[in-house]
Amino acid sequence: MAYNDFRVRSTEPLALALGWFSIVLGAVEIAAPSRLARLVGADDTESTRSTLRAFGAREIAAGIAILSQPDRARWLWSRVGGDALDLAWLGRAMTRESSETDRLGMAATAVAGVTALDVIAAQRLGREKQPSRRNDTAPVRVEQVVTINRSVEELYRFWRDFGNFPHFMRHIKHIEVLDNRRSHWTAKAPAGMSVHWDAEIVQDHEGEWIAWRSLPGSQVEHYGSVRFVAAPGARGTEVRVQMEYKPPAGRVGRVIAMLFGEEPEQQIREDLRRFKALMETGEIPLSDGPGLWRAAQPAKRAEQIRSYAGVSE
Amino acid sequence: MRATCWMGTRHIEVDHVPDPKILSAGDAIVKITSTAICGSDLHLYNGFIPSMKRGDVMGHEFMGEVVEVGKGVQNLRAGDRVVVPFPIACGHCSQCEREMYSLCENSNPNAWMAEKLWGYSPCGIYGYSHMLGGYAGGQAEYARVPFADVNPLKVPDSLDDEQVLFLSDIFPTGYMAAEACGIQPGDTIAVFGCGPVGQFAIKSAYMLGAERVIAIDRFPYRLRIARERAGADTINYEECDIFDALEEMTGGRGPDHCIDCVGLEGHAPGMHGAYDKMKTVMMLETDRPVALRQAILACRSGGTVSVAGVYGGFIDKFPMGAVVNRSLTIKSGQTHVQRYMRPLLKRIQNGEIDPRFVITHRMNLSDAAEGYDMFSNKEDDCLKIVMKP
Repeated sequence: MAYNDFRVRSTEPLALALGWFSIVLGAVEIAAPSRLARLVGADDTESTRSTLRAFGAREIAAGIAILSQPDRARWLWSRVGGDALDLAWLGRAMTRESSETDRLGMAATAVAGVTALDVIAAQRLGREKQPSRRNDTAPVRVEQVVTINRSVEELYRFWRDFGNFPHFMRHIKHIEVLDNRRSHWTAKAPAGMSVHWDAEIVQDHEGEWIAWRSLPGSQVEHYGSVRFVAAPGARGTEVRVQMEYKPPAGRVGRVIAMLFGEEPEQQIREDLRRFKALMETGEIPLSDGPGLWRAAQPAKRAEQIRSYAGVSE
Repeated sequence: MRATCWMGTRHIEVDHVPDPKILSAGDAIVKITSTAICGSDLHLYNGFIPSMKRGDVMGHEFMGEVVEVGKGVQNLRAGDRVVVPFPIACGHCSQCEREMYSLCENSNPNAWMAEKLWGYSPCGIYGYSHMLGGYAGGQAEYARVPFADVNPLKVPDSLDDEQVLFLSDIFPTGYMAAEACGIQPGDTIAVFGCGPVGQFAIKSAYMLGAERVIAIDRFPYRLRIARERAGADTINYEECDIFDALEEMTGGRGPDHCIDCVGLEGHAPGMHGAYDKMKTVMMLETDRPVALRQAILACRSGGTVSVAGVYGGFIDKFPMGAVVNRSLTIKSGQTHVQRYMRPLLKRIQNGEIDPRFVITHRMNLSDAAEGYDMFSNKEDDCLKIVMKP
């Protein structure tokens, strides 16, 4: 979902800038503590210099952490903690008679400004990292295409029977065809739960395309369509599928979002790959080690592999 | 059953794992009678191919006896003696219909991983990473063979295992690489790398009408086998410059075609080799294409560079200028083994070739770890290891 990606990345430039700022400041604190102490108006004593060097090491560590994981709020919060230490140190320096309070005040103002930026960035990253919130109402919209070495008619006929969907659509547990247009869908949800809705066919052009949608008032708003076009030069049939799921707010919405995980495009693509294999070969090939979940060894129970692959007989 | 398991880079163990079962109607179970370690298994062993998982069963060169078939299998029955080709093909997709079996569009259930690296996915391969299907391999007592109607080749009892085992990979692989050169009478072919595939490429080039084959390696025992058993002239690249030697041996023309049977772990003396070694160690390059670069530079203008060696990812300093300005053709591909099994079986039956000439070691499956070590380090003049479960 490009939309969500955009939002995830929107705070990253700020986080990266703060990361680089940490590293540069840290380097100055370590390399030139005397000059920095004079610049901010503090006493240039051995204890000041060693404090600044320690602060420098802390800044560099925070900077590296942020640059390597700019999407983690945690590292920005560590910067906020560091800012607090800086401010405390500047405050203590002000109480010394030999200090230049004007300069220290300016330094404290600058640190407070950076602290504000750190807090904003950390909070925004924290929000963006909670998928349940960002996926609640965002519709899942997917378009995928595959070429299958079978005739338009054959593919159309198989697809027109919605009862076939669970053979290749991994997130669909069962579809009961109620009549020529209407069907009852049961989708798999995490922890053995399921989500139900009724759908009806709204367009049906034989050998061309089929479109369907959930009935008004369903738990889940769902649209889908499939088009079949003969590929040039007897290369089979191009099958183009569009699907949209609009999860409601709240718990059911979160369940729907989890059905598709982070990559709904990929899931529908895999569904179409299974559809292709089923139509071309009559079966869906099964890996001994599906994905990277388990080693490529024979399974103790054959059903294990089938369930990993999401294939129903 | 016992199976050869990848436990990490340069770490192989023979372990007990569950016996394979029929998972789909088109599957067969083969009781393995002979299996071999392939040079390309060494790329897995040395950790060059991504998406291996601890415990993966290795091996893609195997044969045996069918002990069980799924209810959809028509062409095979229990008791049949078969050689299993390493690429898994469905037999029904557009690529299979074009006999481009290693490009089968259906046999890699983990195609999405390969698509991330290569754009599109090739076929699934036994025991060759999750990216290529996550199939359990054949260096084991049993293997599950998907699409059993399409893939295994029944072999006659008159030929023993060792005569037909290499139809599973290295003989067709060497043959396809030679065939890709479009050899004409009078042609000189340079074969880079005298491992088992290189040896079969030499033999195949002669079968296809080459006048002369020049084989290149750095191990004297491999060059000796190329000379004495495959009939090649040889160059040891540690003793002379490959380009100069080939130029000199071909009257200044360069070999008409070059075949790279080395792949991604090539070696070269001096700076050239050190450059890629350093870059791969620093993860700035995935493959060391030293043989490929040399083959391109050495090839006669207008010739073909046929690549049988395995490359996995990205290479540096590719001499594209030589390819464009000298009208070179580059041909490659994982072998479409199913296309070559029957004609090559016939050549074996006719006595045109005895594939046993590459075998140097025979051992029990239980000693697979030693076998990998020996083959990888080129110890004991090791060229090809055949294992019996």
